[in-house]
Amino acid sequence: MARHSSAYQRAAASPPGGRRPAAPRGPVDGATPVGPAALDPTTLDPAIPAPPSYPGVAAPPPGQLDPWGVPDAGDSAGARDGGAAPGGVPDAAVPLDVPRPIDAGEADSGSAVVIQGTGVSKRFVSYSNRATSLKERFVRRGGPAGDDFWALRDVDVTIGRGQTVGLAGANGSGKSTLLKVLAGILRPTSGQVSVQGRIASLLELGAGFNGELSGRDNVYLNASLLGLSKREIDRLFDSIVDFSELRHKIDDDVKHYSSGQYVRLGFAVAVHVDPDVLLVDEVLAVGDEAFQRKCLAKIAEFRAQGRTILFVTHSLDLIETMCDRILVLESGSLIYDGNPAVGTKLLRQKLGSLPAEGPVSWEYATVRPQSVAFSLDPGGLPLVQYDPGERLTVSVELDVTEGAPEQIYLHTYIVGQSEVPIWMMETPPGGLAVGPGRHIVDFSVPHLPELLGAFAVKVHVSDAISGAPVTTRRFEELFGVSGPQADGLLKVDYEARLRG
Amino acid sequence: MSHLADAPLPAGTPVSPSPQQAGPGPGQHAMDPSRLARRSRAQTRVRWELLRNLIRKDLKVKYKGSTLGFAWSLANPMLLLVVYTFVFQIVLKSGIPRFGIYLMSGLLIWNAFSGSVSSACGAVVANANLVKKVRFPLAVLPLSAVGFAAVHFLLQLLVLFLVILLLGYNLIGTELLLIVPAGAVAITFTVALSLLVSALNVRYRDTSHLLDVALLAWFWLNPMVYAFGLIQNRLHEWTWVYLLNPMAVVVITFQRAIYDPGGGSTNSTPIQADLGYEFYLEHLAVAGAISIALLWVGFHVFRTMQADFAEDL
Repeated sequence: MARHSSAYQRAAASPPGGRRPAAPRGPVDGATPVGPAALDPTTLDPAIPAPPSYPGVAAPPPGQLDPWGVPDAGDSAGARDGGAAPGGVPDAAVPLDVPRPIDAGEADSGSAVVIQGTGVSKRFVSYSNRATSLKERFVRRGGPAGDDFWALRDVDVTIGRGQTVGLAGANGSGKSTLLKVLAGILRPTSGQVSVQGRIASLLELGAGFNGELSGRDNVYLNASLLGLSKREIDRLFDSIVDFSELRHKIDDDVKHYSSGQYVRLGFAVAVHVDPDVLLVDEVLAVGDEAFQRKCLAKIAEFRAQGRTILFVTHSLDLIETMCDRILVLESGSLIYDGNPAVGTKLLRQKLGSLPAEGPVSWEYATVRPQSVAFSLDPGGLPLVQYDPGERLTVSVELDVTEGAPEQIYLHTYIVGQSEVPIWMMETPPGGLAVGPGRHIVDFSVPHLPELLGAFAVKVHVSDAISGAPVTTRRFEELFGVSGPQADGLLKVDYEARLRG
Repeated sequence: MSHLADAPLPAGTPVSPSPQQAGPGPGQHAMDPSRLARRSRAQTRVRWELLRNLIRKDLKVKYKGSTLGFAWSLANPMLLLVVYTFVFQIVLKSGIPRFGIYLMSGLLIWNAFSGSVSSACGAVVANANLVKKVRFPLAVLPLSAVGFAAVHFLLQLLVLFLVILLLGYNLIGTELLLIVPAGAVAITFTVALSLLVSALNVRYRDTSHLLDVALLAWFWLNPMVYAFGLIQNRLHEWTWVYLLNPMAVVVITFQRAIYDPGGGSTNSTPIQADLGYEFYLEHLAVAGAISIALLWVGFHVFRTMQADFAEDL
């Protein structure tokens, strides 16, 4: 976690132009459509020394940071995050324009677009809607029409030469379908796909192996299917066998191989076909650790050689370490395209392995609670300590972007220790009509009750019309109320008397 | 065959990559766009070498573990020869001299045809796993089924020639050259139909059942166990309709090329259609035209449907 924030600091401290050319182009490199990048530039302290090296393989683009890595948050974090979040993750329900980060023109020298998909959609026609026999083809039948299934909806993807891209998403989100469409195995229902160069698709290792044949014959056959000539295979044969570590069994029938050996031979053939584009679908999960390491080393070697790799995996850690870029799919739509650290975080949140702070993490929401301030009167001087009976104004600053609901509704919780809500304040019925821009909502308490302790604020934003939640943010800032009681949260009138 | 190549990928907007600015460093994987495009196309083009490898694989798998297997598959038609000779010449007295040779000269090519078409029909479905996982020229699947049958046919034909020569019948002559155009027509027609049914069978799985029935009926539409003369006697000027079936033309041409009735033909109905060559060449030309038209249809259907194979399987 910390490494992201330190990387951010490094990136912030050095001009973007001075970074390595190999750095990935996350969406943040493009236009930053959201309001001013920093409210308070002094918080971006250039004096913080840059760490000597970033643990990841490539430095993230500037402005990229781990929102959770800055625990002291407050104004500064809000401001930074406001600049960092480019609207790359729109409201989940309404997939907005996903930024297209790669522009062939401004890509690395010698780089070119290798994979391009424009508006790719894939519909799987329900079996009950389609003739599956010649009889049905010509004889009309009744019966209920089934629902077609859209596995991909209008996905735009452009991958430049030499990029390593992870494709992630929950089960059934369309990852494998996208990979198959790009591999030319499935035809997109609409949209265009073009791939330059020889593709090795590791959708299933050892697909096409024939159990009745020896390992040697299968190597020749499989490599031949993948587009190699006999001469090329002769030249590569020893290397393939060495990589698979199966020299002792190469003349045995493949049906006598263990499943691990089968997969090893399949991988060995696939990586030796000298692919320009390597498409990998969750195949590295098989095989023992040693072989997995070997596979990953091979993929890293491909990366270093500037080949294009696109792989589907559920291992988000792998994406963080191996990829320059992540594509996150949800229900067939591309919901995020950019920095792996941010994408994996988003996905973890969606999958529930990170505590969700609302339907969408507040940094990516269309209405962002940027900051909270406490004062006696609206617009007054900030104050953190209050006495019972005093006036308190809680001012929530909202950053509203395009695509936000027209009417929003705010719940502001004042929470005590252990996140216990003490009281809640709502906006008036009907919500607030807000346009894009910055807005401040003041909640005034004329007379504070007799409380004792320090309290924080949690803001929940929802769409006033549909009631759909937009986001939630819990601020770290505290205000204190010093009630007269010795201990306890509330002062309650009571009597103490001895009886009997 | 190259026009089958790019079908799986709908023609995308051609992307013109920016030219290489710096030369590729050592170990760098970088190449010019035209080479990339060529390599991309090479993956979906039908290559002879791949076809050869697949046919070899089929042969290897089929005859693995049975030393006599290959011999059996050659002996099989010879066994048929004995049985049919017994039934038709001795029991039914068909009146065709050297009936076994007559039968075999037509039956071998018919068997090659029907074997090709029926195994091509299931070829794509049988390799579903491959089709769904690997990008390769899909047309090699039905084509390798044709190749596999062709290899058997050639070997069986050699055995038949040996038998004919051993029996001391007449074989070597100019008429033997007729098997060249007849073989060409046969292979064109077989490939055409194989592509067609293999593609149709992916979506419409009852194609193979229909095909089985059709082949059974079709068998009798060729003059293999009866003399062609019977047809001529019945149909007279309508014989040409019978000969619209390219396989019938191929069969009678093979019979003309290989079968020698010997001098002792006592029957009133002529066994062979014609004693000259022109009759055969003319009809082969018609059959060839039909085959080429069907080949175009087969290619077209296969090319259109192959993009959806992975989905339909």
